[in-house]
Amino acid sequence: MKPAKLWSWLIFAFGAAYFIVPLLATFEFSLRIRREGYTFDAYTSVFSDGRFQASFSYSLIVGVCAILAGLLIVVPAAYYVRLRAPHLRPIIEFITLLPLVIPAIILVFGYIRMYNTSSPLPLLGTNLGTDILLTLAYVALALPYMYRAVDTGLRTIDVQTLTEAANILGANQATIIAKVIFPNIIVAVLSGAFLTLAIVIGEFTIASLLNRQVFGVYMQNVGANRAFEPAALAVISFVITWGAMGMIQLLARFAPKTARRD
Amino acid sequence: MAEEFLRIDKLVKAFGGNQVVKGVDLSFNKGEFVSLLGPSGCGKTTILRMIAGFERPDSGRILVEGKDISGLAPNQRKIGMVFQAYALFPNMNVADNIGFGLKIAGMPKPQREARTEEMLQLIGLSGYGKRYPFELSGGQQQRVALARALAPSPRMLLLDEPLSALDAKIRVSLREQIRQIQRELGITTVFVTHDQEEALSISDRIVVLNTGNVEQFGQPFEIYNRPQTRFVATFVGTLNTLNATVADAGAKTVTLGGTTVTIPALPASARNGEAVALTMRPEAVSLANGATRDIVLDGKVAEVSFLGSVIRLKVDLGDNAVNLDTFNDQRTPPPAHGAPVRIGIASSDVLVLER
Repeated sequence: MKPAKLWSWLIFAFGAAYFIVPLLATFEFSLRIRREGYTFDAYTSVFSDGRFQASFSYSLIVGVCAILAGLLIVVPAAYYVRLRAPHLRPIIEFITLLPLVIPAIILVFGYIRMYNTSSPLPLLGTNLGTDILLTLAYVALALPYMYRAVDTGLRTIDVQTLTEAANILGANQATIIAKVIFPNIIVAVLSGAFLTLAIVIGEFTIASLLNRQVFGVYMQNVGANRAFEPAALAVISFVITWGAMGMIQLLARFAPKTARRD
Repeated sequence: MAEEFLRIDKLVKAFGGNQVVKGVDLSFNKGEFVSLLGPSGCGKTTILRMIAGFERPDSGRILVEGKDISGLAPNQRKIGMVFQAYALFPNMNVADNIGFGLKIAGMPKPQREARTEEMLQLIGLSGYGKRYPFELSGGQQQRVALARALAPSPRMLLLDEPLSALDAKIRVSLREQIRQIQRELGITTVFVTHDQEEALSISDRIVVLNTGNVEQFGQPFEIYNRPQTRFVATFVGTLNTLNATVADAGAKTVTLGGTTVTIPALPASARNGEAVALTMRPEAVSLANGATRDIVLDGKVAEVSFLGSVIRLKVDLGDNAVNLDTFNDQRTPPPAHGAPVRIGIASSDVLVLER
């Protein structure tokens, strides 16, 4: 083996170990709940916990709602910017990057101040209002990823010509987005969706301060009171996140079918 | 008298202070195939896009069968369009692409499928309905785009350089197919191209455009043989230019290469001693031995281009050079490079452009 290749492998092995060893250690620790040997009891305990099921389902529902709301905002916006207002692109990109710059804690304090029970729009006064606020907060949090994913998808198709072709055949703007543009960027949209889901599943700050029992808050509670279950939860959380990433890779394989070929 | 179908009335369009269409007036007949021909930036695509409704005119009107359509959105105009980049919907198969306009119009599925099949037969792609655009060649994709544009029975067809992205052989066969289908359906068609050969071969009439103005509007024969402006003469086809001096304006004679010849087309405004440019097409010049031609000049072969059925020679005449086309004759090889030749030109084929 050439020295350069050897070095590449060594660096790769070091990087992989840096990520994998702590994970393996956590996984190994999560199996040691009993003195007599390795068992999956910590996982059984987590899965049978009603609070796990409730918080996980709640996070999943909020995540799906955030994805749908995000798509309804981002797809038409990115489409419009690309088609009619390319000069606005730098401004839109800057706005979509803000959630990365502004910490979640600032965002949530802003929400609490803006939407408390004595404000003109007292969303925090009801459970449904708080759920809506949490969903919209996640839409904002996922905006950088969702916008970039959709914009990348739009870049792979000739948006203007496809729009004009559909338009002259009688389609209106809504039909064009739904029937022509959206199906052609579905792979990019789904990767944005899975990224959003991964963010929502692990989010703690906003949900905690809005007093919502999401998966992140449940993990924190369990972590404060138990020994082995938090390790099991960390592994479960990783599997979910990596599962979402894996889905993005899997979906990318379907891309060539809809790719433009000249 | 032919029935007027499309009227373009004093159409003006500017982009950011740059006027690209400058008060264009045109009138197309029903069922006519008209080409908009001109170099890049002449305004041909902008005119087409205004007819389609993708651009709003700054002023002027577009009338179809007497009704002003300038204010209508593209989806209300009932016009079919084929784009240079095919613009097939990548997520739909061929049948769904063709049926898209019909579905939007609310045509029930059985009729839609029948019409799609009819269109597939029209373009010679029966059995290709289930294929996706990426599984087709460029020529096939453009035929599908044509079928998609024609499926909803539009009242007019717009073709925006539909052959530019294709290779030479397919371009010729597809343009013949487009023309045949257009004749079959009798649909008024506006075809944008920068390729003069394409425009000359396919059109009933040609609009030659330059810098946003109409230079000439006429049949291909007129455009090629009787160009009305210097631009048309030089843009359409190859043109020879010989520098001459007016000898006697009244007698319409000029001095060319030391000999005096009569040029019937010499304008009345010409003055004795004035320099003029005599122009003619390569096919108007023959390897003389030319008793039948009244202008005979001697020169040397400077270049020989074998183009298949035609051989193009460039002949050096000393102070002038001229291109001439001669048919390939299997028994007679073309003259060699540097060989002395005598060329003949019929003075009636000569046009005079002011210098």
